[in-house]
Amino acid sequence: MALAIVLMALVAAAVLFHFLSPWWLTPLASNWGQIDTTLMITLAITGAFFIAINLFIAYCLIRFRQRDGHRAAHDPENKKLEGWLTGLTAVGIIAMLAPGLFVYAAYIDPPADSLVFEAVGQQWQWRFRFPGRDGRLGVTDSRFVSAENPLGLAPNDPRGQDDVLILNSEVHLPVGKPIKVLLRSQDVLHDFYVPPFRARMNLVPGMVTHFWFTPTRTGRFEILCAQLCGVGHFNMRGYVVVEEPAAFQAWLGRQSTFAHGATRTPVAATGAALPAQGKLLAQSRGCVACHSDDGSARVGPSWKGLYGKTETLADGSTVQVDPAYIAESIRTPNAKIVHGYPAIMPPFSLSDPELAALIAYMKTLSDKTVAQAGTP
Amino acid sequence: MAYSSAEQHHEPHSFWTRYVWSQDHKVIAVQYTITAIAVGMVALVLSNLMRLQLGFPGRFAFIDANHYYQYVTLHGMIMVVYLLTALFLGGFGNYLIPLMVGARDMVFPLLNMLSYWVYLLAVLVLMASFFVPGGPTGAGWTLYPPQSILPGTPGSDWGIILMLVSLLIFIVAATMGGLNYVITVLQARTRGMTLMRMPLTVWGIFVATIMALLAFPSLFVSGVMLLFDKVLGTSFFMPAIVSMGQALSYKGGSPILFQHLFWFFGHPEVYIVALPAFGIVSDLISTHSRKKIFGYHMMVWAIVMIGALSFVVWAHHMFVSGMNPYFGFFFATTTLIIAVPTAIKVYNWVLTLWHSDIHLSVPMLFAIGFISTFLIGGLTGLFLGNVSVDIPLSNTYFVVAHFHMVMGVSPILVIFGGLYHWFPKVTGRLMNETLGKLHFWVTFLGTYAIYFPMHYLGILGMPRRYYAYDNYAFIPASAQQLNAFITVAALIVGVTQLVFLYNLVHSTFRGRPAGSNPWRATTLEWQTPETPPGHGNWGAEQPEVHRWAYDYSVPGMAQDFVPQNSAVAGGGDDHDQTVVKAAPRRGRKKT
Repeated sequence: MALAIVLMALVAAAVLFHFLSPWWLTPLASNWGQIDTTLMITLAITGAFFIAINLFIAYCLIRFRQRDGHRAAHDPENKKLEGWLTGLTAVGIIAMLAPGLFVYAAYIDPPADSLVFEAVGQQWQWRFRFPGRDGRLGVTDSRFVSAENPLGLAPNDPRGQDDVLILNSEVHLPVGKPIKVLLRSQDVLHDFYVPPFRARMNLVPGMVTHFWFTPTRTGRFEILCAQLCGVGHFNMRGYVVVEEPAAFQAWLGRQSTFAHGATRTPVAATGAALPAQGKLLAQSRGCVACHSDDGSARVGPSWKGLYGKTETLADGSTVQVDPAYIAESIRTPNAKIVHGYPAIMPPFSLSDPELAALIAYMKTLSDKTVAQAGTP
Repeated sequence: MAYSSAEQHHEPHSFWTRYVWSQDHKVIAVQYTITAIAVGMVALVLSNLMRLQLGFPGRFAFIDANHYYQYVTLHGMIMVVYLLTALFLGGFGNYLIPLMVGARDMVFPLLNMLSYWVYLLAVLVLMASFFVPGGPTGAGWTLYPPQSILPGTPGSDWGIILMLVSLLIFIVAATMGGLNYVITVLQARTRGMTLMRMPLTVWGIFVATIMALLAFPSLFVSGVMLLFDKVLGTSFFMPAIVSMGQALSYKGGSPILFQHLFWFFGHPEVYIVALPAFGIVSDLISTHSRKKIFGYHMMVWAIVMIGALSFVVWAHHMFVSGMNPYFGFFFATTTLIIAVPTAIKVYNWVLTLWHSDIHLSVPMLFAIGFISTFLIGGLTGLFLGNVSVDIPLSNTYFVVAHFHMVMGVSPILVIFGGLYHWFPKVTGRLMNETLGKLHFWVTFLGTYAIYFPMHYLGILGMPRRYYAYDNYAFIPASAQQLNAFITVAALIVGVTQLVFLYNLVHSTFRGRPAGSNPWRATTLEWQTPETPPGHGNWGAEQPEVHRWAYDYSVPGMAQDFVPQNSAVAGGGDDHDQTVVKAAPRRGRKKT
């Protein structure tokens, strides 16, 4: 009896939770409303089955509970009932599957006039590339990857010379235009996931994957990695800024091409204070995936209290964390390895202003100072 | 190997040959069960540590990101392989198959013994990875390369090697056991025990074992190749890679190939765990509701169908993996087709309750609880199997909620139900009912409290396998409160399992004597001359079977059950005769 009541209460609680839950789909920002519709059809059909079967069990538990002198029926097989139930289930399944397959057929068929751009994943940061005026992306190969050429473009491929490189983790896209996203990874599996777009796909090293969507409203959306990619997985952040086509074109025009030695857009353009710029930089370049700002242990040493500290290196020698050491550790990380940490940091090519911003930020995380502050 | 009563004198007498180096399937079953529960407790603690971080991020300094991912990985791998697979096949399979089909033991007792010791070795190798430099692997239980063998993932030196070696050893153990179970069912059934008279428990374990024999080789080869990629520098799964700024010497391998091999094993694995649960729960429901299982025939065919279909659905785990997109149509369709036989099983369980005589014993509570959790877990599978619905939900908490409901909690509830049910046969004593009920209520309600809200976090888009969620603007602050609530529920459920352990140990020595057939069940294991059954199970004479396993509440009989070895006339054997005589089914008149 108690179990019957609990089952009914669970059904009631589940329905209530469903309607009261503040946790629900993020507001849609792409053309994939059909995915949401299919989700709702599935929810309605499965919800009905969930309620009906639980209540049926509850009814049986009350009606057919053990009583003195009562004996179970010796039911014969009931082929007819089995047939009906099988048929009903099949109808429910088809009602969910058929619309789902139609949506999927559209999902794997990008419109021919799509704007193409490339998202490149690397532990644990995002970078992007747009084709230049020729409308074609240049060839890439992992052989060409270096600190100066982080996306691995073939130096001699003419088609790649005008490619627009976005070497930080924020990309802009025009609203209302189909976008085909080409996905490439240099190291491990990643997944390009922007919840309000619904659409997504894995990045697989050694091959180029793709998916498409049309952004339907402007705004700044978070890119998440949704395929476990190592210890910094949860901090592999990026942003998509969806804006009016004119604003997008203006933004794209400000970016550098491969031929013109593309570097990141200087964060100083925001006009924020130097430490605040450094903090943004640490997030956009993926530093925070490995280096915490609160002393907690991650892959690399925490930045809290790091500036001015004396670190012990793997070979037993010591070094004071001053601007010169920080610059070296970023540009050639494996030159000096702190004791107890693996030599896994990739070299980063930061500009001098960026480095200054980052160091300014690190200073705010430490109460120590360096005797003779050298300039990097 | 044929047994006869004359072999009774082989019964071992020393403590060592009787309880340690034993070839008796019942002792081996207990060894498997105890080892699996022990390693399962480790995995339970790991899950609670994970929940501590998710519910109260940063409050427990020792749970850093490395440790978190190691807990995630080991929790998943232990639960799926070393607990569920080992306990259902090695524990329940070992104990129940010979007793339920009327055999004296497994057909290859020595191999059976080896199977356990090799399994134990696999467990020890896995546990050793906690103590090697770098700790156990943190690659996630799917061990996807390239990440699993590259720096940047915890335990990518020693941990992953021990993990793979342990899996390979486990597969050897599972193969030795599996051959035994299959051949015992096929060759060692007693007189009159036709296949269609077998209890569904045996059917479930039998088909699951065949599946294990076909699926584990796929994991074996992928494990060997991954080990070669790691240790010898081969490139089976490794393309050209620039890892942490270093160009590696790998070239030309395919990460997606690993995923195909892994899930060719991994999806059948879900049913390797589920089918024994289906079988056991069918018998629990029938016995404790005193009614024949509804649609026995269909139940058997559903088990066989599910077993076969489960080999052609694997890539539904890979809809957004970057595989050929046209696969999506095929695998979504096969996946939703498998829902039909699965739904039939659910219908038949609940229809068995209709006009029955429900005894809400502790095993029955767990069986009903299973129907409810399996229902929700199965239904959410229809979201994830339907390719376009899967796209936004893939790798979110919806997936976590789904697979825990369908293949975590549900089989575990059946394991508990089965342990409460068969404990009296194993020990001759009943488990404490009050503690059993407490254990049930907290576990069942806790399950809903933990996993039901998780579906909604997944619909929101919260990705799984995240160490922390700070500063993600699309996640409202309330999600953190919900996570704290889930953690508290998980801790309560975790601690409550100690009540179960206490009950298990206490009842072994102090439980109320059970008699030989406390549940008044029909199947053969309850008809042994001794309880617990002696060596060789059946005394001088093996039982002869006269009827199917579900003669409950037969009209005109004094008792509401007729044991399978009872020669009394009457009962529901008409069903059985159709099979034996292969009479035309259509238009057959019931007598």
